[in-house]
Amino acid sequence: MIWNEHHECMEREELRKLQGERIRSMVERVYFNVPFYRRKLQDMGIEPGDIRTIDDLQKLPFTTKQDLRDNYPFGLFAVPQQEIVRLHASSGTTGKSTVVGYTHNDILMWSEVVARSLTMAGISGSDIMQVAYGYGLFTGGLGLHYGAEKIGASVIPISGGNTKKQLQLMVDFGSTAIACTPSYAAYLGEALTEEKIDRKNIKLKAGIFGAEPWTEEMRTQIEQLLGLKAYDIYGLSEVIGPGVSMECWCQNGMHIFEDHFIPEIINPETGELLPYGDLGELVFTPATKEAMPLIRYRTRDLTRLHAEPCECGRTLVRMEKCVGRSDDMLIIRGVNVFPSQIESVLLEMNETKPHYLLVVDRENNLDVLEIQVEVEEQFFSDEVKELEGLRRRIHANIASLLGLSASIRLVEPGTIERSMGKAQRVLDKRKLT
Amino acid sequence: MIIKQLSVFLENRTGRLTELTGILAEHDINISAFSIADTADYGILRMIVGKPEQAAEVLRNRGFAVKITDVVGMIVPHRPGGLHKALQIISGSDITIDYMYAFASGDCKATVVIRADSLENIIRVLQEHKLELLQQGDVYQL
Repeated sequence: MIWNEHHECMEREELRKLQGERIRSMVERVYFNVPFYRRKLQDMGIEPGDIRTIDDLQKLPFTTKQDLRDNYPFGLFAVPQQEIVRLHASSGTTGKSTVVGYTHNDILMWSEVVARSLTMAGISGSDIMQVAYGYGLFTGGLGLHYGAEKIGASVIPISGGNTKKQLQLMVDFGSTAIACTPSYAAYLGEALTEEKIDRKNIKLKAGIFGAEPWTEEMRTQIEQLLGLKAYDIYGLSEVIGPGVSMECWCQNGMHIFEDHFIPEIINPETGELLPYGDLGELVFTPATKEAMPLIRYRTRDLTRLHAEPCECGRTLVRMEKCVGRSDDMLIIRGVNVFPSQIESVLLEMNETKPHYLLVVDRENNLDVLEIQVEVEEQFFSDEVKELEGLRRRIHANIASLLGLSASIRLVEPGTIERSMGKAQRVLDKRKLT
Repeated sequence: MIIKQLSVFLENRTGRLTELTGILAEHDINISAFSIADTADYGILRMIVGKPEQAAEVLRNRGFAVKITDVVGMIVPHRPGGLHKALQIISGSDITIDYMYAFASGDCKATVVIRADSLENIIRVLQEHKLELLQQGDVYQL
């Protein structure tokens, strides 16, 4: 099923024309309504009339997270405040929180792209959908909620946390679909086993998981634990929230809803535009947004785009799972390390679960990486030589993948904090001042 | 003749062992013997307790990684040379011992808990040499 065949299966040329029209109108709106952009464009000698087709996008400047912080809270809004019907904000762990606003039309557009996403996962009006993303300032909960209502699903707005209740309603209400972070999905799956709930009483068939990086191995694990098909959804609040792109049944990358969110891949160092297939930083121009249209917003997510036609019939480009973020990439002794790489190693070994914490510190001017890994009961041997063997194997696998010697610390199960939202995987104690 | 031993993974953290013994005390579970194999970061606690299945369950519920391991309890005379003689028998056979620990109960006997690659073999060898083995009823609370 395709929710919006017209826009999801458009001829590429026709789509480019539509994108061109949309950025032309957007540049005009921001030029006249957002002083920040007007100044920026004037400084570069660009006038709205210079932007005519999608190829002119490259002439425009980038927008960064720092720009959002500098214009905190409402400085980048392109409409008067009375037209704003919703505000969301990021947690702001790395500084001031970033605030995003929505007009009524923005909410309708957001519901539309989430409706497309859910339909891609085979979810329809006859499904009962448990939305276990946090409701509140985080876009996950409400984003999925409005889209699920739009397709006519029965929505359980349970929000994140309260695991026992999640499982109880999952059984009692017969939820057929669930949306949450992948780490919480894995946690729910484990809790299901712990609570000794019979899989027969679980009717889930599809899971919509996103908001944090996860691996193929984790997908397999979640699918086994919960007995569903796990789909990857991508989004960020600066662009809209969840529903920027979504995986179809081919599970071969996430289709970007390009009629609304125009993607580019750039070299993060130089800002140069890269062709399809090249790895680089993902940049979005949410051209139809009214409240906060951003020009070429740099996501810091590193990925590749593919434009070959997809078996599902959609013509929208597909983005690969992000290999990491240019800002959560750790540089340890000069080696680029992404938490997702460590996770793959642990999952591939089949002797551990992906509950881990990377602790980076600096001793005698040398970076040291400690990886804390939980000892799972099923793999726990009561012989020191076995546990030490496990430790050595983890060490060797990490070393062969990353070329980095990490010390491995085995810790008791359940001691690494499980988060209901985004998992905390890194503790960087280095003081680089 | 095979005894159920409880093995628990313990991080080296202050008070962690006390937490565990507290839980067992709470559930009225007696510890007959224990030993800790320690490394820099963690230890493996091995215990012979009354009600091993229940002990495993309550510890699991409190977040410990627990495993029940089969071991053999060999009873030797509690006097000089008692252990030596028994060990000579074992080392003369083809058995590899993974680990062992012992406790003397005050009277004239001492018990050596043994984990080996083949428990059947060790039981056979010890029985052939008329060494006494610990029976389940001797250690468990019934």
